[in-house]
Parts: sequence; C-alpha cells; structure tokens
Amino acid sequence: MPLLTASDLQAIGLTLQVAALTTCILLLVGTPLAWWLARTQSWMKKPISALVAMPLVLPPTVLGFYLLVLMGPHGPVGQWMQALGLGPLPFTFGGLVVASAFYSLPFMVQPLQNAMEAMGTRPLEVASSLRSSPVDTFFSVVIPLCKPGFVTGAVMCFAHTVGEFGVVLMVGGNIPGVTRVISVQIYDHVEAMEYADAHRLAAVMLGFSFVVLLTLYSYNGRRTQGLTA
Amino acid sequence: MNGLQCQVMLQRPGFTLDVDLQIPGHGITALFGPSGSGKTTVLRVLAGLEPQARGRIAVRDAVWQDSAQGIYRPVHQRALGYVFQEASLFAHLNVESNLKFGFNRTPVSERRHGWDHALGLLGIEHLLARWPRELSGGERQRVAIARALAASPQLLLMDEPLASLDMARKAEILPYLERLQKELDIPVLYVTHAIDEVARLADHLVLLDAGRVTAQGPTTELLTRLDLPLAHGDTAGAVLTCTVQAHDDTDYLTTTTFDGGTLIVPRQAVETGRTLRVRVQARDVSLTLQHQTDTSILNILPGTVTALAANSPGQLMVAVEVGASTLLARVTTRSAAALGLVPGMAVYAQIKGAAILG
Repeated sequence: MPLLTASDLQAIGLTLQVAALTTCILLLVGTPLAWWLARTQSWMKKPISALVAMPLVLPPTVLGFYLLVLMGPHGPVGQWMQALGLGPLPFTFGGLVVASAFYSLPFMVQPLQNAMEAMGTRPLEVASSLRSSPVDTFFSVVIPLCKPGFVTGAVMCFAHTVGEFGVVLMVGGNIPGVTRVISVQIYDHVEAMEYADAHRLAAVMLGFSFVVLLTLYSYNGRRTQGLTA
Repeated sequence: MNGLQCQVMLQRPGFTLDVDLQIPGHGITALFGPSGSGKTTVLRVLAGLEPQARGRIAVRDAVWQDSAQGIYRPVHQRALGYVFQEASLFAHLNVESNLKFGFNRTPVSERRHGWDHALGLLGIEHLLARWPRELSGGERQRVAIARALAASPQLLLMDEPLASLDMARKAEILPYLERLQKELDIPVLYVTHAIDEVARLADHLVLLDAGRVTAQGPTTELLTRLDLPLAHGDTAGAVLTCTVQAHDDTDYLTTTTFDGGTLIVPRQAVETGRTLRVRVQARDVSLTLQHQTDTSILNILPGTVTALAANSPGQLMVAVEVGASTLLARVTTRSAAALGLVPGMAVYAQIKGAAILG
C-alpha cells in the first residue's frame, strides 16, 4: 500500500494550488493596503485595521457563512457575478481562493505594515531628494528594505491557507479535486475511521508547518543580525 | 541672479516660520539659531518636504515654488542634494550603488560631472565595494555627501551633518567640508548650532530665532555686530580671511595680511598666496591708547572704536574697526572707564592669540 492514497495526493496538489494562488493575490492586494495603512493619517486607519484583523479572531465558520451569503446567487456579489455572465462562486475552486484571500489577509498585511512602519519616512525622503519619483522609490527602496516583511507575509499567508478548514467547508464544501483540501481530507479519513490514513496526512502537515516556521525564523534572525547598520 | 531666493511661510500649531532669504550662488551659508528656531524646517521647505508651506522659492533661474501662481515642484523634480543629520544610506545597497542612486536618475543633460567626481572630493574611492554597516560614522556621512553631489544638485542642503559624530569623526570630516566650501559652485545651506563650525566654514550667515530671520549677511560682519547675540558670550570673536605673505623659519612664524593690516601667526604649512581663516576671540584682544613698544605682543593694530555694549557684569564688548575689518575686544568696565572709551576713539588693538581655522 502506498504511503499516501491517490485522493490524498489530489488533496495535497489542490491545497498547494489554492495556497499559491491566494499568496499571489494577497501580495498584489495586501501590498497597497499595507502601504496605505502604514502611511495614512486618516481616521479610517483604525476601522480598516480592525476589519483586516477580524479573521484572526472570528470563528472561520462565521467568516465562511457571510462569504457564502455574499457570494450566493441572491447575495450582492453573486448577483454582480451573474450580471457579468460569470458562474456562482460557492463550491468552486475560484470561490475557495476568494474566501482564502479574505481569511489570510491579516497574515499578509500585518508583517508588511510592520516592516513599512519600521522603515520610517527617512529613506523615502532621501530617495526623493535623489530625484526618485514616488513609484520609482516604492520599487527601488521600499520593496528591498521591506523584504523581510514580504517574505514573512508570503510564507505565513501560504502556510495559513494550507491549514484552513472552517472557511473551506462553508464556502467550498467537499468536492474531490475542486475544493477538497488536505484538512478536509483528514477530516474525511477520521469520519471514516481511517486513522492510519489520517495519521499519515496529519504527520505531513505537522512536518510542513514546523519546517516552514523554522525556515522563516532562521531567515529573519539572520536578517536582523546582518542589517543592524 | 545665480543664488537662491526664498520667501516662505509655514504655519504649524504653536510655531510659525516666516523667512525671506537671499543666499549667494556659491560658498557655504550657515543657518544658525537655537533648537526650535526653525533651521531644519527651512531646509525641509526648500526641499519640498513640507507641502503646506506657501511662498516663492527660486534657485538660479528655476522657480521651484510660487504659491501665488500655483507652481509647486515635487521633491524629486527639484535639483537638490540633502544631507541629513544621520547619514541615512540605503542599507540594501553598497556604497557604489548608493552613490549611483541619484546619478542614474539625473538626466544626462543636467549632469555636470562624472559620477566619480564626488568620490574624489570626499576621498571615498576605496569604500565603493563596502556596505553601509561596514563604515564608520564619519565614512557614512562622507558617502552621504558624495551621494547628494553625484546627482548634480543646484542647491546643497546639509542638516547638522556633524552633530551625530564624536570629536575625532568631526575632525575627520571638516577638511572635506572646507574643500566643498572652496570648490563647489552652488549654494550650500548648512544648518548648525555650533559656532565653531560657523566660524570655520560659513561665508554667509543667517540667524534664525522663533521662525524668523534676525539677521543675514557675511559671517565676518555678523560675528562682530554688537546688536546680535553672537558677539556676546565667552566664545565671541572675529573671523578674518588672511592671505599668507611670507614664512620666517628662524622664528617659526608666518606673516599674513587681511583687510585691515598685517597679522603674524605661528608658522603654517601652506604656500604663500593661499588664504587662511583666522579666528580672533574677544577675550584675546586688549586695547591701549598708545602704541606699546616694550611688549611681548606681536600683533598691534591701529583702529577706531565703533560701538560698546555691556557683555556680562563688569565687562564690556568693544567693536574696533581695523581697516575694512572689525575686531571684538572684551574689556572690564573699569578699564573702559579708565581709558574713556567712546565710539569714534582711536585705539590700538593688541592681539594676544589667534586660532587658525584652516
């Protein structure tokens, strides 16, 4: 008997796809959001920060439930999708990615925002005095100086998406090859009393999480030692 | 007009900056004043880092800001160099890439020197491959100055570039700053609260207090104006620009001339014809009515008292015009009364000591 079943491998492949796509989307969406939060003096900063952080404290089922309502055929997002001639999002791969993006948003935004705030405004002022436009400065100064924040955000986002369960069940359901990710697969194994199968897959997750966090901490430790100029 | 004209106003809670500056096209202009007087704010307004500031800023023929006409160039479109108190090098770039950051962004038509010109001026050729974290504080500040110059600025702004350095590091950088003072053909605005830096580097001086200009003019003139605070206190004194005329190797002396006579100083290792900045402190100058001959003092200059002002209890500060220059002498009120010192009186200034600033 192989170490992992075909459906296990399918779940792993699907999980990696969801996590990779979610991370890419959040790098694109989270970066400007973190930049705005780090720089703004607006009264909107606190409410927006609270909204971004909500997935950290909400039960995933609550988040999943509201996303389901919003994206369902009678929800505003569902109606809008239909008007655009696109299919419904719930119980599809696309819906799963959208839900994951909301769920993992704070894991991307908070490390980025911290890095950008720690950088301060001085490097921006120096760059502008050296004829660098704001967009130029963002790419040539902000991104390189905030690299540890980007690495932390991307890694945490990826790992957190790999580990999600509640939101997936609410929004994605349990469709093999479409929305059945590792955590759901483990749940299925346990439900079916296949403890040996559950063990193998759970051990893979355990090892994965440990290695990811160890790598991240080692990287960040090295960075802080190297950059105290 | 090849200098800088700036007439700006900036209001903040509890502070108003309202200045009108005329800065010559070359040489160092020091912005001097107590902390909170708005020195750094002036630099930030000039740089465009304070967008709320209203007014007009023109550098050479370019108008950077004219609020009345709705002109406001953002920072990156103002050809300036800004040296901050801390060197603020980009930690993710090595020295060479730091230096090229501004140079590469300068249009070829605006480049006035090769990118390595600034290297020579600041003596940092050997540091190119290093990283900012591997440099000493003094080296970092030199790289920061070179980086600003490599972007071919029309105006160089320096905000207390020595303030975060210890004495040894300051001594290391000062000769380079003197070189900039002599060789740069752009206006340099230099913020400081150290009078010895003013005396040593500044050709022109702007005194700031509570967001307003209290005086501006040539340093030599402002240092000896008794109506200004600079001419009082323990460190008050005149700065003279002296030309080296001859060396006497037997007595180990150097003879120089300035706008007012001859000044003999300890032997200097500079060629004849070169200029020296010499500081003559008020406490090293005494006054006599007759030319003393049987004295150990070498420098005795005839002059005219132009003004007297109370200094500290029992002491007066006396301004003495010597040719086209003015010296300060600190005398006791008793001596002043005994000599009957009044403006217009002819006196001899005896100079007991002079500090060579470089």
